[in-house]
Amino acid sequence: MKKTYKIDVDCANCAAKMEEAAKKVEGVNDVIVNFMTLKMKVDFKDGVDKDAVMANIFKECRKVEDDCEIYF
Amino acid sequence: MNKKQKKNLTRIIVSAILLLVFSLLPVKGAVRFILFLIPYFIIGYDVLRKAGKGIINRQVFDENFLMAVATVGSMALGEYVEGSAVMLFYQIGELFQSIAVGKSRKNITELMDIRPDYANLETEDGIEEVDPDDVEVGSIIVVKPGEKIPIDGVIIEGTTSLNTSALTGESLPRDAAAGDEVISGSINTTGLIRVKTTREFGESTASKILDMVENASSRKSRPEDFITKFAHYYTPAVCGAALALAVLPPLVRMAFMQADPLWSAWIFRALTFLVISCPCALVISIPLSFFAGIGGASHEGILIKGSNYMETLSKVRYAAFDKTGTMTEGVFEVSGIHHASMDTDKLLEYAALAESYSSHPISLSLQRAYGKEIDPERASDIKEVGGAGVTAKVDGVPVAVGNARLMQQLGIDYMDCHSIGTIVHVAVDGSYAGHILIADVIKPHARQAIETLKASGIKKTILLTGDSKNVADNVAAELGIDEVHAQLLPGDKVKFVENMIGAESSGEKLAFVGDGINDAPVLARADVGIAMGALGSDAAIEAADVVLMDDDPLKISKAIRISKKCLRIVYENIVFAIGVKLLCLILSALGITDMWAAIFADVGVMIIAVCNAIRVLRVKNL
Repeated sequence: MKKTYKIDVDCANCAAKMEEAAKKVEGVNDVIVNFMTLKMKVDFKDGVDKDAVMANIFKECRKVEDDCEIYF
Repeated sequence: MNKKQKKNLTRIIVSAILLLVFSLLPVKGAVRFILFLIPYFIIGYDVLRKAGKGIINRQVFDENFLMAVATVGSMALGEYVEGSAVMLFYQIGELFQSIAVGKSRKNITELMDIRPDYANLETEDGIEEVDPDDVEVGSIIVVKPGEKIPIDGVIIEGTTSLNTSALTGESLPRDAAAGDEVISGSINTTGLIRVKTTREFGESTASKILDMVENASSRKSRPEDFITKFAHYYTPAVCGAALALAVLPPLVRMAFMQADPLWSAWIFRALTFLVISCPCALVISIPLSFFAGIGGASHEGILIKGSNYMETLSKVRYAAFDKTGTMTEGVFEVSGIHHASMDTDKLLEYAALAESYSSHPISLSLQRAYGKEIDPERASDIKEVGGAGVTAKVDGVPVAVGNARLMQQLGIDYMDCHSIGTIVHVAVDGSYAGHILIADVIKPHARQAIETLKASGIKKTILLTGDSKNVADNVAAELGIDEVHAQLLPGDKVKFVENMIGAESSGEKLAFVGDGINDAPVLARADVGIAMGALGSDAAIEAADVVLMDDDPLKISKAIRISKKCLRIVYENIVFAIGVKLLCLILSALGITDMWAAIFADVGVMIIAVCNAIRVLRVKNL
């Protein structure tokens, strides 16, 4: 199950850091962050609670980049 | 400018004014230090906070860390103006970068403005505006003039003309009437149409194209990989070098030269070193160049599926083409009428009427060439002669239309034709009346396309076709293609492409151009598979690496020129940014340059690199 979220972040490097952090979160197969279109594409594992996973992703991303935003 | 950018601009202006005023004030010592702390914190508090958080979260060695260490160090050494100025210019650079990226993002999304926001769904209680996602296949939607077609479908009522320029780059409107397929993303310009949808929104052309362009940047090219790796090792390396520069020379001076260690001078040099080393110019400008290139190309109706294909495309030296549908129209048309014993129009009229009940491609092309309304009442007694043609009475006159076998069967003397294509002999009233030549027509721009390819650095062009040798030779000669391989089965084409790839030297790539209908394996196997005329064809969009939305072969060389421009700018930026930084690093280590040069090496280089990257967007006249 793939879903795309809008994000807000300042620099390409920060977007890459968010991608790395989000990939490590439990419950996702893969995450692609596109800085140019400001989108985060999350591939969830089957049967996970998407909102809970997104909350974790958001928390991890905030750790590496504290003024990033994910709209979910 | 958004809210955040405005806030940052205010911070920049306020702290710049304070800095200027304070540097002119005749105060000294602790007062001066405290005064300068005001603009320093106004401009730098967020950088300092991020650097602190980075250390807590074990994310050291980013640009915030570099800037924090450099400026805190400078302030501690008493270089208040320089310390605050570094932070000020760093923020100016960040603001500029954010505006530039935001602007090009907007430009590109405007170019790609094919996402429909709503659909007018016909329901029992009238027309309702709904989210296109909620429209089921087979529903009826209404598209008014000026609206985007939201979902692929077929017109069931109304005539209009469609602007497909956002999809194909082709500015000429396309006429459409009931029964015609329409593609989402095109704009309905003149008339109201009712459309029966044939796909879901997510499967429609507009959604697929947007998806592809948005995901393109996740397929990274080598320069991008290089920059990621480079930044990974570079920042820690520079920090190490800076530390060494701060500590080693003074120790050496003390231990071996019995000289004054000059601690503060060397530490200041080390801080300059840190400012120069910030890798943002590279980190932002390289992906920006690729994104701009992909965006610019898509506006021209050329979809490039990833930065890696952009890179390969720029290295294409061999181009192999499919014939039918790529270099030729793939539609059979009457291309000549020979040895006619009557007026050629009359001959065509007889042939078209005799064939009026058939839907064979040859019959259809005869009917198309005749061009007038066909009255089926005029033809009677139509008999199909299996594999040979038809006999019929047209206006009561016996007519035979078919191949040489039919003429032989009827015992009619006929003339052979030396031209290449399908020959349709016509006999009227028992005697030979001439023959009609039906051939696949070469696309109007095909010859020019081969010429421009050669002009843009293609060494060899190759025609691969399943068609017979003399047809292939003829087409190749007419277009100026270097090498011809005819009578190939699809498997042979794959084998040929594999051999070519095996034999080519590194840095020289092979592109295969096909119409995507039966070439999918070859498209997939070539270094770059370019699918043509892909509007609405899913198989082609899946298999190819580059998709040309319309079927103009001139777009092939345009795609290559765009990729070359993009890669040239990428390499310019890499060489320029690393070059200037290295030079400044060496000069600052020797103590020749000061903090102001370091600021230029950081912010100035970044601004120049971003401006250069944005140039990739301009591809219209390539």
